[in-house]
Amino acid sequence: MSGRIHPAVVSAQPFQLPERDPDAPLFDTEAGKERVEMVLSRYPDKRAATLPLIAYVQELRGWVSPEAMVEVAEQLDLTPAYVRSVATFYTMYNKHPVGKYLIQVCTNISCHLNRAEEVLERFLEETGTLEGETTEDGRYTVIEAECLGACGFATVVQIDNEYYENVSPEKVPEILRGLE
Amino acid sequence: MAYPHDHELEVRTLLSRHMGDPKARDLETWRRYGGYEALKQAVEMDPDEITTVVKDSGLRGRGGAGFPTGMKWSFMPKDDGQQHYLCCNADESEPGAFKDREILRWTPHLLIEGCLIAARAIRAEHAYIYVRGEYFPYTRILNAAVVEAYEAGIIGEKVMGSKWSCDITVHIGAGAYIAGEETGLMSSLMGGRAEPWIKPPFPAQAGVFGKPTTVNNVETLAAVPMILSNGADWYRQWGTEKSAGTKLWCCSGHLVRPGNYELALGVPLGEIIHDVCGGPPNGKKVKAVIPGGSSTALLTADELECVTTYEGLAEAGSSLGTASPIVMDEDTNIVAAIRRIAEFYAHESCGQCVQCREGTSWIAKILRRIERGDGQPDDIDTLYHMCEQMTGRTICVLADSVVFPLKSSLDKFLGEYEALMPRSGVVAGA
Repeated sequence: MSGRIHPAVVSAQPFQLPERDPDAPLFDTEAGKERVEMVLSRYPDKRAATLPLIAYVQELRGWVSPEAMVEVAEQLDLTPAYVRSVATFYTMYNKHPVGKYLIQVCTNISCHLNRAEEVLERFLEETGTLEGETTEDGRYTVIEAECLGACGFATVVQIDNEYYENVSPEKVPEILRGLE
Repeated sequence: MAYPHDHELEVRTLLSRHMGDPKARDLETWRRYGGYEALKQAVEMDPDEITTVVKDSGLRGRGGAGFPTGMKWSFMPKDDGQQHYLCCNADESEPGAFKDREILRWTPHLLIEGCLIAARAIRAEHAYIYVRGEYFPYTRILNAAVVEAYEAGIIGEKVMGSKWSCDITVHIGAGAYIAGEETGLMSSLMGGRAEPWIKPPFPAQAGVFGKPTTVNNVETLAAVPMILSNGADWYRQWGTEKSAGTKLWCCSGHLVRPGNYELALGVPLGEIIHDVCGGPPNGKKVKAVIPGGSSTALLTADELECVTTYEGLAEAGSSLGTASPIVMDEDTNIVAAIRRIAEFYAHESCGQCVQCREGTSWIAKILRRIERGDGQPDDIDTLYHMCEQMTGRTICVLADSVVFPLKSSLDKFLGEYEALMPRSGVVAGA
């Protein structure tokens, strides 16, 4: 799958995908080896591959387990503690499994001024879950997000890799139906 | 084609002319639009000549700090035999700002051209474009353009058939506001937590991977090709002596027509809000505006006659920042709005400096209890005291960034805070 990626953009691959395999092998496969090599070719220092490889783990598996962090550390001659300190610094790396659809509702200032809290409530209601928890069928995780950088189109919602703009509470059921 | 709205005050230079036109993303169309002509010129120029043109144009950094771009480039060493790097800051993380996103998604080749010209000027042979992780859909568009430009011989070995080579690597973050701070960005790019570092060393001395580095914002770099093609004087037809050129405005909050508008620097703020954006919906009045993104001081409806230049907004006691006015109508609960901003900074503090790590969370906590009606008698005094303790005492300006909106809201809307205090509580000295 990584065969056709140009090395210039290998560190910029979407890593929040609805399709994923929590048991996918990481770096022992041909694709895994190729990915590591390609990422390393873009930096003068191995350590710079830390974020791209953590992202690769999530791209394949949907989340980054402590065991996977150890594997990343082994690839880059870093300590597992170091990789963990990096992985936990960034909010987009899922440190726990999340639903197939990770729904992030921005409630930062511009969205806050445009009913974002009601949008968040409506997503929680419609999916029948609590913030940060995953529905029993594994389909949805709904979380509050910090600014998604589309403030003129409030309320902004990100579902996996995609943006939804000008979301009002009334539009929530339709958005959820569209995911099916 | 306008995006998303049109207004007669708009100036549509190359910066925004093709926003809304998906064809502009393709190399072939982009070339028909005149793309990469400036680069063709640049590869034949002496790097210092390029810097001189940009210096003379008066272009200032569009990422928030407003540092003169040509001067920044001139800090890079010459003949030092070291690898130099350009970092394009596409981390756009200031709440209120959404202009770099529009450049990434409509005119990625414009950004690539700007990066290559800047790299040439600073004698770099590798440019990293650091895009915030959330921008997947726009990164995808940028990636396609980068690959296309590589295949066409625009990026890589012998740029445009010249003797000069330069690589571009797109690198994405993963959700950290502080990665938008230039040293935080470099820490992140090197594979670490996005922790800012104390300057010196300045990036031009020892930046990413310990080498001389220039960090420029997306919009800054996107302005470079047209400046090189048309000359410094052409660019200076807009704006003022100290604030030359045009600027993308990101207007959000309570507005009839929120969105991006390219305007000459110097339009009065009130005109942008009322004429260009139609003011608040439903005929409501403006209560307050945070003019430059969430980290700038709030202005009241009576202060909107100030002109939108770097110096004009500084005189008004605020800052142009990322030119991202967040408009609040008359029904807005100011305490709740500032509380939300404070919560953001508490969430995003990297934790290195005590004043920031503890202070941002403490402020958010106090504001939450005031909003609930559980304020303690000395809370407002404490907030004022913390504003003092958190200004200018930390590695980066994240702590200062929460102080600007907070302190200005206390100064200008103290009544709203006091009205929420329990009746028995005496607000002393505030």
